[in-house]
Amino acid sequence: MFENLLIYFVVIPVVMLAGLALCQNVKQIRAVAVIGSCCLIGLSTWVLCEYLAMRAAGEDAPMLFCGSWEWFAPLNINLAVGVDGISIAMLMLSSIIVFAGSFASWKIDMPKEFFLWLILLSTGVFGFFISIDLFTMFMFYEVALIPMYLLIGVWGSGRKEYSAMKLTLMLMGGSAFLMLGLIGIYYHSSVDGVHTWNLLQIAQADAIDHDWQRFLFIVTFVGFGVLGAMFPFHTWSPDGHASAPTAVSMLHAGVLMKLGGYGCFRVAIYLMPYAANELAWIFLILTGISVVYGAFSACVQTDLKYINAYSSVSHCGLVLFAILMLNTTAMTGAIMQMLSHGLMTALFFALIGMIYGRTHTRDIREMGGLMQIMPYLSVCYVIAGMASLGLPGLSGFVSEMTIFVGSWEHADAFHRVFTIAACCSIVITAVYILRVVGKLLFGPVQDDHHRKLTDAVWWERLSTVTLILGVALIGCFPNFFVNLIKFTFSPAIFAVLGLN
Amino acid sequence: MSIVIPLLILVLPLFMFLFLGLAGCKMSHKLAGWLGCLGMGTTTVLAYITALTYYYNPEFTSAAGERLQVVIFNQTWLQFTDYLVIKLGFLLDPISALLLIVITTISFMVHIYSLGYMEGEKGFQRYYAFLALFTFSMLGLVVATNIFQMYIFWELVGASSYLLIGFYYTKHSAVSASKKAFIVTRFADLGFLLGILILSYYTQTFNFIDMTNNPGGVLMCFEGATFMGCSLLTWALILIFVGGMGKSAMMPLHIWLPDAMEGPTPVSALIHAATMVVAGVYLVARMFPLYALEWNASTFIVVVGAITAFYAAMVACTQIDIKRILAFSTISQIAFMMVSLGVASEGEGIILHHGVGYMASMFHLFTHAMFKALLFLCAGALIHAVHSNDYTHMHGMWRYMPVTHITCLIGCLAIAGIWPFSGFFSKDEILAACYSWSPMVGAWMSMVAALTAFYMFRMYFLIFWWKEHPIHHGHVPHEAPLPMRIPLIFLAAVSCCCGFLHFGHFVSWNRMPYDIHIELGIALSSVGIALCAIFIAWKMYFKENDLPVKMKNMLPRLWDWCYHRFYWDELYMFVTHKIIFNGICRPIAWFDRHIIDGTMNGFAIVTNKCSYAIRGLQSGQVQMYVWIYLIGALILGAIGVLFLLG
Repeated sequence: MFENLLIYFVVIPVVMLAGLALCQNVKQIRAVAVIGSCCLIGLSTWVLCEYLAMRAAGEDAPMLFCGSWEWFAPLNINLAVGVDGISIAMLMLSSIIVFAGSFASWKIDMPKEFFLWLILLSTGVFGFFISIDLFTMFMFYEVALIPMYLLIGVWGSGRKEYSAMKLTLMLMGGSAFLMLGLIGIYYHSSVDGVHTWNLLQIAQADAIDHDWQRFLFIVTFVGFGVLGAMFPFHTWSPDGHASAPTAVSMLHAGVLMKLGGYGCFRVAIYLMPYAANELAWIFLILTGISVVYGAFSACVQTDLKYINAYSSVSHCGLVLFAILMLNTTAMTGAIMQMLSHGLMTALFFALIGMIYGRTHTRDIREMGGLMQIMPYLSVCYVIAGMASLGLPGLSGFVSEMTIFVGSWEHADAFHRVFTIAACCSIVITAVYILRVVGKLLFGPVQDDHHRKLTDAVWWERLSTVTLILGVALIGCFPNFFVNLIKFTFSPAIFAVLGLN
Repeated sequence: MSIVIPLLILVLPLFMFLFLGLAGCKMSHKLAGWLGCLGMGTTTVLAYITALTYYYNPEFTSAAGERLQVVIFNQTWLQFTDYLVIKLGFLLDPISALLLIVITTISFMVHIYSLGYMEGEKGFQRYYAFLALFTFSMLGLVVATNIFQMYIFWELVGASSYLLIGFYYTKHSAVSASKKAFIVTRFADLGFLLGILILSYYTQTFNFIDMTNNPGGVLMCFEGATFMGCSLLTWALILIFVGGMGKSAMMPLHIWLPDAMEGPTPVSALIHAATMVVAGVYLVARMFPLYALEWNASTFIVVVGAITAFYAAMVACTQIDIKRILAFSTISQIAFMMVSLGVASEGEGIILHHGVGYMASMFHLFTHAMFKALLFLCAGALIHAVHSNDYTHMHGMWRYMPVTHITCLIGCLAIAGIWPFSGFFSKDEILAACYSWSPMVGAWMSMVAALTAFYMFRMYFLIFWWKEHPIHHGHVPHEAPLPMRIPLIFLAAVSCCCGFLHFGHFVSWNRMPYDIHIELGIALSSVGIALCAIFIAWKMYFKENDLPVKMKNMLPRLWDWCYHRFYWDELYMFVTHKIIFNGICRPIAWFDRHIIDGTMNGFAIVTNKCSYAIRGLQSGQVQMYVWIYLIGALILGAIGVLFLLG
């Protein structure tokens, strides 16, 4: 079991949890968090290199590093792991954000408990991305969701109990749909009566009949869509983000919302290609609305976190929108958008947390001219904003353009209209980003008490620099990532296109 | 040609940006400024080497005398599909070589000028870093080998323009001007993007050479594709032109350019007069063979250009702020270039008079860049001297600033189109092209040319003459320092003589050298008209008198509309604030909070209420439970009995 590299994505967090339990003081806690997250980054880089080497050697199985260990034989539940380009991209993203998040919560109250829950959450996230067994996947999904309740409820701000409850209940509602869908898939997974939870086997057998596919597609897409902030199931996002502490916002918007998009692709579309092809239009309408609606809503918000929460609704809407286009280019764009959005939203939330920690307000009407007071943080904020509005050289541009070019491949009027609407969002994004930048960072200093505030300290710099480097790396050398991702698509997409 | 020099032309400014941006704060102003100038100077030398080699080395000319299009390098950057690939490359052809010269020359002059102009400003290093970023993006734009590369750098120049307009970020007006510039051009870029998507969907390529060298093939790709009665190719070209309208400030997307004057004046000279704002013209020129195919698209360009040219000239006649006068004059002159490109063809690929319009447009782009940058730098020298943008604070400056005075006069003569200054040659060709396309357009543009001469000399007389004893905030204005004078003199010299270049030998639509003929009739009449306009301006503004006030009172409504720029800004304010912000964004945000979120909360409340209602059943009284148990058992028993009997 332990000769498989992937299993260490779960082992390291568990060891970190044990390490935390032994910690005596805050220094040791920090050390555990930092060393652990460094190990995770190292591990994901290692897996990436190994993966590329294996692909270069001509390995063309859909998933590599596969392994399966029996867990509960009567129901055929296994701990099955395996990764392809997309999962590796997601693992890289998660490890970077966990790393940056640990530094962003350097001075948190009750650090031991906080990191305990945070690491439990990341265990769930990593477990989710490596599993290819639907049951363990779902289990890890739940492991990632539950700590959120406590993290927001205890360490949050504002109406934290309300937000924590709302977020958890809505996501649990999504899980209920998902459970239904997954059990349905299990019982239709094979023709010969030996049911399986294994993704690859289900996809290979292609045994789910078309009527069931329709039902299961809708149920699983909605289930994951709730986490992907699909309209109209997105309302947990603004309240949840607004109340969450910095690192939790970062992880939640940066990684957890990606679980939704990843799940939609990996389960809903990969396993039910026929239904996806037939029913994609329903969700295209909803996600198309998300994209524009989120952007318009963000234009009038005054709370920094609300602005970014709505911006996330818009950007994550674009992820699901692109996935539903069902062609290689758009789907590549969707995964790029996940990476890009993950990094830049984490950056945004980190910066907002740092600004809030100094000014004790997130209302843009009460702040102004921060560029003169904290130039470092302000410049980072501008960079994050530029990434968000799709400036070439930063990650947002690459993903958006890939999505638009891919979506444009559909020549019918329905797809055209929604693609044009999605393109319009880049203008609205520019409006709300520049509105905030102009109000918050530029102009005269609004509040004289702010003048004595200090700029970023080293751990904050480290956290932001990591994320900015990620954003710039994707923006400057996109082809590396695109090639990493693209290889994955062939089986899934050919299955879908074969039905056309 | 080796790859090293062209690569360095792009890499050097980028490196200067990163270096000054990251390490600038640790440097002294002087060091940063000199480093910036050194970097830019080297880039300029390299660009000149490249361009001159291209023009004069026979290696780049085919046996038939046609100048070749050479792709120096072309590196894959992002692969969408097998055919649609974004490459970053370096295309050398007559117009990109021309633009290399223009951009690096003006940028280098502005770098030197800024040493004096920006001396002691806070954020001096940042300023030079942004200048380098802008130069890099602009150079990347002009050497683009494919339309998506152009789009990438198009966005980057937009962003660097945003950063430079908002350079004085503590000023509200600068911040909102930068925001406006970015959003308006972003809106136009949406059109550009959609145009690219349509074009690439049908042609399956982004590559300029593939598209423009085979217009017939492009036409074939679009066979049968129509939308609302027009070929989709027309739509694509118009949408791409909309992108150009945004960057080149054509009506109705011109509103950002006058506000962009909030930036430092050298920036206005570089970005908002000479280089970035002609990107739209360059884009149309780059895709000229396609525009020549579609009569609708090229006529659209002519109409937009002609209206803009006139509108901007009218507005320029009434402004007080000298930078705004120059801004409107820029809009008007760029419209000349646009019109000229539009009138070069007659649709269906028929090129008029060896494409004189195309050549004239590029020629005017070149001469205009020189004299307009000169005029802006003169304005900068004046503003530096009197600390105000209004000509009301200047008057009679000839006595104090002789160098600025002479160079400014040269600039004004050039833009007015007086022989032998450069503007005469290019404008004459444009007018000739217009007359050959349609006499009406020709007459219209001649009228705009007369207005140009009038408003430029109005500005000139009001600044340098009008009255003797000006009010200058209690200090005597001084001539500009040396770093500011050098660029003025250099650009004035260029404006004097560059008209005599045999421009047709370098640039023409089919890259075949040909000789320019000056049409004597048009040349004489346009110089005559310009002289008349200058004479009127002299009468009105040379010495203090009440003629201007009388004129203004004669046509008060017209003057008011011109002064307020025909209320375009107010219209935009109404649309963006009242309609979009209050009419769309706010209702959507309200809808989200109250209807969507309300529904979600409603579920919770209903659940809560139901639980509350039925919680009485869970009373804890044993008697109650036994009572319910008995009733339940009886009912079940009854059903069982009925079932057995039935």
